[in-house]
Amino acid sequence: METQALLTLVENKLKAQFGDGFISSKMNVDYPEFVVKRDIICDVADFLYKDEELAFQYLTTMATIHYPDNAGQEFAVMYQLHNLPKNLRIRIKIFFSTSDVNVPSLTPVFSAANWMERQEYDFYGIIFRGHPNLKRILNMDDLGYFPMRKEYALEDGTREDKDDKMFGR
Amino acid sequence: MTFDFKTFDLKRLMSKEKNTNTNQELIETEYSTLNLGPTHPATHGIFQNVLKMDGEIIMDSEATVGYIHRAFEKLAERRPYYQITPITDRLNYCSSPINNMGWHMTVEKLLGIEIPKRVQYMRVIIMELARISDHVICNSVIGVDTGAMTGFLYIFQMRERIYDIYEELCGARLTTNIGRIGGLERDFTPKAWDLLDKFLIDFPSALKEFENLLMRNRIFMDRTINCGPITAERALNYSFSGPNLRAAGVDYDVRVMNPYCSYEDFDFIIPVGTQGDTYDRFMVRQQEMWESVKIIHQAIAKIKKEPAGIFHADVPEFFLPPKEEVYNNMEALIYHFKIVMGETEIPKGEVYHAVEGGNGELGYYLISDGGRTPYRLHMRRPCFIYYQAYAEMIRGGMLSDAILTMSSMNVIAGELDA
Repeated sequence: METQALLTLVENKLKAQFGDGFISSKMNVDYPEFVVKRDIICDVADFLYKDEELAFQYLTTMATIHYPDNAGQEFAVMYQLHNLPKNLRIRIKIFFSTSDVNVPSLTPVFSAANWMERQEYDFYGIIFRGHPNLKRILNMDDLGYFPMRKEYALEDGTREDKDDKMFGR
Repeated sequence: MTFDFKTFDLKRLMSKEKNTNTNQELIETEYSTLNLGPTHPATHGIFQNVLKMDGEIIMDSEATVGYIHRAFEKLAERRPYYQITPITDRLNYCSSPINNMGWHMTVEKLLGIEIPKRVQYMRVIIMELARISDHVICNSVIGVDTGAMTGFLYIFQMRERIYDIYEELCGARLTTNIGRIGGLERDFTPKAWDLLDKFLIDFPSALKEFENLLMRNRIFMDRTINCGPITAERALNYSFSGPNLRAAGVDYDVRVMNPYCSYEDFDFIIPVGTQGDTYDRFMVRQQEMWESVKIIHQAIAKIKKEPAGIFHADVPEFFLPPKEEVYNNMEALIYHFKIVMGETEIPKGEVYHAVEGGNGELGYYLISDGGRTPYRLHMRRPCFIYYQAYAEMIRGGMLSDAILTMSSMNVIAGELDA
């Protein structure tokens, strides 16, 4: 299936099923991308899993992205789904603000979401509602902050010998 | 007739109700906790599993990961694209070249660089050598864990030969940092071709010998068949990939489904198992090594038909010029400066690129905002995703089966903890 046809198909199905819950769609270099409302993400995944035509039954990966300048929508979580028999791939994104970082967990649909969500919690502090065992996974338990957020610079902030004005982010 | 410990355990638990001795009941309901790892020699890496044991039988377990976490995703947000390659070496360090190539291809996808066919075939040779060296380690370690040290010692000579080839290609052996964005850093030298040819002559007989030792060995088969099995449904729900998924009977291989690096030009099969147990995982890897040898032979034949001497795409903005040109040629000097100082134009965008790594779909999810470093780089590490099924796979089995299950899953600490 052409990616453009896939984009239209999934968009129509999501609109018919969730109405206002579907926000937007766009075509990336590789795969179509859909933005849905945060509160229905588990229902969307469940719907795409059970739909006979689409059958996205493989959760490839999940990643959080932090946009500190994007007021009101500082966080995005990206889910990448795969339909193995037909080889279709899509991305689902949700956006939400720092003040409310609760996201429905995908663990009822995908067992693989368990550690993936723990990883996102560990690094970004996203609270996955309904997760069976939401605790830190790679960092130590008493770290006290969420290190992948953009406010935590990689370099020691007290150093004065490094000037990034010219080179570097 | 093999003695099945699982049904034995079940019967014992069921017979508990008939048991009138109250003291006996009290003993049977007490479990002991066992720390397997983090530095247990049989786990081949820094893995900790807290096991709840009923005698020798595992009732429950919880894995603690993160002992060698090095914050690769955070590091990548501060490094220029070409400096991220050494980070990828340290993911699955048994097959570093595949990780390197995967990263180069991700950036090339973002930049929209076309790679010449010859370079793609050379990359295929390097990646398939890496796959062989990865599977050689995994399968020979399964042998060690079942008590056969000999196969491990002999087949490791072959891995050594592959490392010699790496050394000739890039100067390094384990953390290779092989290739560059836009191609390879140098052409294959005559010595490298020579080493490769000799390897291809000697490897099949060595692999055959290794197979003869284990494949139809009664002890090995009894030990591995039905040890740590997983069904295809559960494996898919756990997002398994690579040989572990194929052993469960799902023919998902990134090389075939989403061909990269001209894998569509090659003729090879995807071996699949049926039971998803240790023996099937062993057999799938074993067959994949034969397929890799086939692919390398085809790649060498294809390279001979391509114009000689090409080892990178013509992308001066991203590919470092040779040093003598930098000293004598203004354009080369400018490009060198721009690349090193991170002044190259990087397009904005968002790409995901996956390669079939040694143990599954290794994906890079890259977001660029036009800066000299990625805005966000997420690595889909196959180990991290399938290792969470370990607790389910060893439940109800013996402790010694748990060791074997782990080694046959090819869990690499570097990739798990990133």
